[in-house]
Amino acid sequence: MKAVPFDYVAANSADEALSALTDAGDDGMVLAGGQTLVPMLAMRLARPAILVDINRVAEWSGIAMDGGAVSFKTCTRQSAALTSSDMAQNLPLLAKALPLVGHQQTRNRGTVGGSIAHGDPAAEIPLVATALEAEITLSSSDGNRVVKSGDFYEGPMMSVREPGECVTDVSFPIWEGGQVGADFQEVAERHGDFAIVSAAAQLQWNGDGTCVRAALAVGGAGGTPVRLSDAEGVLAGSAVTEESIADALSGLDGALDPADDLHGSADYRRRVARVLMTRAIENAAAEARGSTT
Amino acid sequence: MSRRDISLTVNGKALSGAAEPRMTLLDFLRDVLGLSGTHMGCEHGVCGACTVIHEGQPVRSCLMLAVQAERQSIETIEGLAGEDGSPSVLQDAFRDAHGLQCGYCTPGMLMSAEALLRENTSPTDENIREAIGGNICRCTGYTQIIDSIRLAAERLREASS
Repeated sequence: MKAVPFDYVAANSADEALSALTDAGDDGMVLAGGQTLVPMLAMRLARPAILVDINRVAEWSGIAMDGGAVSFKTCTRQSAALTSSDMAQNLPLLAKALPLVGHQQTRNRGTVGGSIAHGDPAAEIPLVATALEAEITLSSSDGNRVVKSGDFYEGPMMSVREPGECVTDVSFPIWEGGQVGADFQEVAERHGDFAIVSAAAQLQWNGDGTCVRAALAVGGAGGTPVRLSDAEGVLAGSAVTEESIADALSGLDGALDPADDLHGSADYRRRVARVLMTRAIENAAAEARGSTT
Repeated sequence: MSRRDISLTVNGKALSGAAEPRMTLLDFLRDVLGLSGTHMGCEHGVCGACTVIHEGQPVRSCLMLAVQAERQSIETIEGLAGEDGSPSVLQDAFRDAHGLQCGYCTPGMLMSAEALLRENTSPTDENIREAIGGNICRCTGYTQIIDSIRLAAERLREASS
């Protein structure tokens, strides 16, 4: 349980970090909060030659409201995100998910950008990003590019991020102008552990009792978070009744590609996904109907 | 890889030592600084036995590298007792309410509870459960640990009133 030897660069600015990552190339890894990377180092699942520590890069930490979105600089601690009033008032789905991310002791170090970059298919923040179409900024010495969450993940812990690139910003859109409700459901071995299966729903209502917009995604039931675009299309424009939820989720089994492991069979995951997604939609709908904003 | 010199503050005292970049803060505290009160459990961030207070917040010392603690402030279990070695209110409460059996998880439990009680001396049982939710105990069943922290909170409130 000891990491392989590696070299270590503590970057003090964005330029220093990006230049160190460029120099490191394929042998480099970014150290943000370290709550996943350090265990991977201990178990020797990760064997970088050079670790570029971005914890002292001041310009990569902080929360900003801009252009209809709440943006988290990459090294923003999960605990800072959880206690942000901008987050709580504008991102109801993330507000439901963040208390389920690890424990206080890990949220004090773990970062928003690190969770996105690592991309565990059962992690909460990538699931919310997938449901809400967050925009992820990748930076390198050559400049920045912005990738939509739906185009970011390629498989379990695999993304379009290239060597030399660093996730520097994650921007979640605010749903303006109407009654919004959200819910996040998960089954885990212990509160705070990685989800076995998770379900995220955010719904928007108009004044006459119709759902006008839906964002739905399931985690832990495939190699990446799975967005349920077809189900979103069915719910939008409906009154979200028991029947329309069942109708929306009629193709759910086909949309998921869960694996068997010691925590549960693929069949179990499919069944739990349906129960949790149904519950998340019902709770989000109830919240949207009751909200006055 | 060559060792780096690391200077940091531990329990209010300026200390220094040398470590390879791969050494965790946990190993550094125990093996380099000789502060073996912080316990090593799982070494991959699951059990919470190695919890310390870093810059005022509870963290897992097995999930930080020692080099990351350069110029930073760490508090460990060794810092809880008074100068004369007398147990703190929290430590006394753990003894009085039987908040430990084998003692392996205790340093982590105490540091998580210490961080909670600094923020909130009137915690609900739910607050206490949340604060120690990342600490595993295989002896007590947790009930006596929750009792201990509640008792410490009561005593701290009485002492300050």
